[in-house]
Amino acid sequence: MASKALLQEIYYSMLKVRRVEERLLDVFAEGAIPGFIHVSIGQEAVASGVCACLTPRDTIFTTHRGHGHTVAKGIDLKPFMAEIYGRADGSCGGRSGSMHVASKEAGVAGANGIVGAGMPISLGTAFASMFRGDDDVTVCFFGDGATNEGTFHESLNLAALWNLPVVFVCENNGWAQFTAQSTYMKIKQISDRAASYGMPGITVDGTDVLAVHKEADRAVKRARAGKGPTLLECNTQRWFGHYAGDPQKYRAEGEVEKAREIDPIARLETHLLAKKQANQAFFDATDERIRAEIDAAIAFAEGSPKADPSDILMDVYA
Amino acid sequence: MTESRYIKAIAQALDEEMARDETVYIIGEDVGASGGAFGGTRGLLDKYGPLRVRDTPISEAAIMGLALGSAVKGLRPVVEIMFADFLPMCMDQIVNQIAKTRYMFGGQFHAPMVIRSPGGGGLNAGPQHSQSLEAWFAHVPGLKVVVPSTPYDAKGLLKSAIRDDDPVLFLENKALYAMKGDVPDGDYVLPIGKADIKRPGNDVTIVSLSRMVHQALAAAKILAERGIEAEVIDLRTVSPLDKETIFASVEKTSRLVVAHEAVKTAGIGAEISALVSEEMIDCLDGPVVRVGAPFAPVPFSLESDYLPGPADVVAAVEKVLAY
Ligand SMILES: Cc1ncc(C[n+]2csc(CCOP(=O)(O)OP(=O)(O)O)c2C)c(N)n1
Repeated sequence: MASKALLQEIYYSMLKVRRVEERLLDVFAEGAIPGFIHVSIGQEAVASGVCACLTPRDTIFTTHRGHGHTVAKGIDLKPFMAEIYGRADGSCGGRSGSMHVASKEAGVAGANGIVGAGMPISLGTAFASMFRGDDDVTVCFFGDGATNEGTFHESLNLAALWNLPVVFVCENNGWAQFTAQSTYMKIKQISDRAASYGMPGITVDGTDVLAVHKEADRAVKRARAGKGPTLLECNTQRWFGHYAGDPQKYRAEGEVEKAREIDPIARLETHLLAKKQANQAFFDATDERIRAEIDAAIAFAEGSPKADPSDILMDVYA
Repeated sequence: MTESRYIKAIAQALDEEMARDETVYIIGEDVGASGGAFGGTRGLLDKYGPLRVRDTPISEAAIMGLALGSAVKGLRPVVEIMFADFLPMCMDQIVNQIAKTRYMFGGQFHAPMVIRSPGGGGLNAGPQHSQSLEAWFAHVPGLKVVVPSTPYDAKGLLKSAIRDDDPVLFLENKALYAMKGDVPDGDYVLPIGKADIKRPGNDVTIVSLSRMVHQALAAAKILAERGIEAEVIDLRTVSPLDKETIFASVEKTSRLVVAHEAVKTAGIGAEISALVSEEMIDCLDGPVVRVGAPFAPVPFSLESDYLPGPADVVAAVEKVLAY
């Protein structure tokens, strides 16, 4: 059972992910952010529940929908925001943008614009731990759609074969861009595939952060103990479109509204109140603290200069 | 100095680098007990053990990504992809992930890794086991592409590649694996990005790479009998290109032929021809003439008709000299 302190920490993490992305939607709509962004609002329990099991030394890989994982892993919001704004003080110097944010310091080895591409790379950080004999763990986040890439098959087979300290977290929001899971996959439960690789496959309610945390904790401990990988499927809901501004015409009437009735943050609040582990004052104070952090991060991003064009060739090579 | 085969020189380089640096490890299909499809990793499993010589499933994308992730964490993987024709199986990892790691993440991460893979024809291996694909990869910023033509070059360049902090695609040549040449026994390195003048001459410059260097040298011999002294430049590296050496030679000879085994269309020859015409057209006494394979897959039964040889190089030189 998670302690009160841990649950409060998870609450802070989830609300931070939510508020960061709400704010990103706002500033994106105002035209402050170049390119496009994908938000994970409604899916916070996965990012926060899993990352609560990790140490700063552990590494995560994420996707185009990666703000949540990256924030939950503990990236400093200032360079995070500056990166999404494309500024020189961004964590990647303005080279990556929303779809590729990375932070060595926070153990985020990168979001990825190529669906399914993080899985093979996650094998490598895990292998490095095995090679060196340290007990760091790697977590690779990906969507339901990514599980039909060949890299999923190659990576899970190899991870199981070599007992690599990696946890594969499939964030199943039922949608791959504009296509529903039922239209591109015969099976319903993606974790069923794990058996064919010889690793445990677990499906949890990904809107219940306690359930996510419990199973993630087990999987991470298993990996840390050298017992090999796990495929953890977290069923969740995408409240917004594939990208910011997507009108979601392809979704059935009422579907989005129904999805929004299940708010993972409200669920945790209800739990905390019932268990007397937090009160409304705590929620309000947490929200205020987060908003101040985000304000500071936005100000930092806005105050940071655009990357210098004379640096265009920098870091192509050493 | 010991006379050694090209493939043996590669195995030696791997052995020496693994002994020198314990973060170096080998990964690929059949690289362990069987010592590699062509023998490049023979003996290394016994010497360095299974943690550092990793046999894998037939999963090129997973192998390549794994190598990248481990490089990001400070290891120095040497990946073997059995035939260069299989590189498309892991093209995303090479092009979108490995090549962009340093740049995209603002220098926070880098990918010090080597991808060894043999290309080229001459073994009647057919359309899917004979290609020369160096130009594809030279087109990708962030990768270095090395194309050794001799045992000596192979060893010295591979050792440099392993020590390099950038990802290096090390394109070997199957038809050269059995070639013998003098190789120093101990440690030496050759610089990546530096071409080598394999034969000096004043009348015409022939730029070449990999196995085609030997065709160019054979052509130079024929030309010499006719009193034409060709300078044969072995690029050794196609990315980054050693413009300096090429330009210095063309300044001297005023005539340039570029010869490669890859299809002529959009090959490295096109790039070199464009560079020279952009930057030193006034020095040229004639057009830059390219020698390359026809724009067709490598045909199994017609391979020897298909592959460019010394006669094609001689004809190209004659064409330039006719101006
Ligand atoms: C290799 C590749 N194919 C297609 C795309 C275009 N694309 C970007 S996100 C996406 C949907 C991914 O769905 P899923 O993996 O379920 O993640 P989610 O968007 O639901 O988080 C697609 C098709 C891509 N970026 N990369």
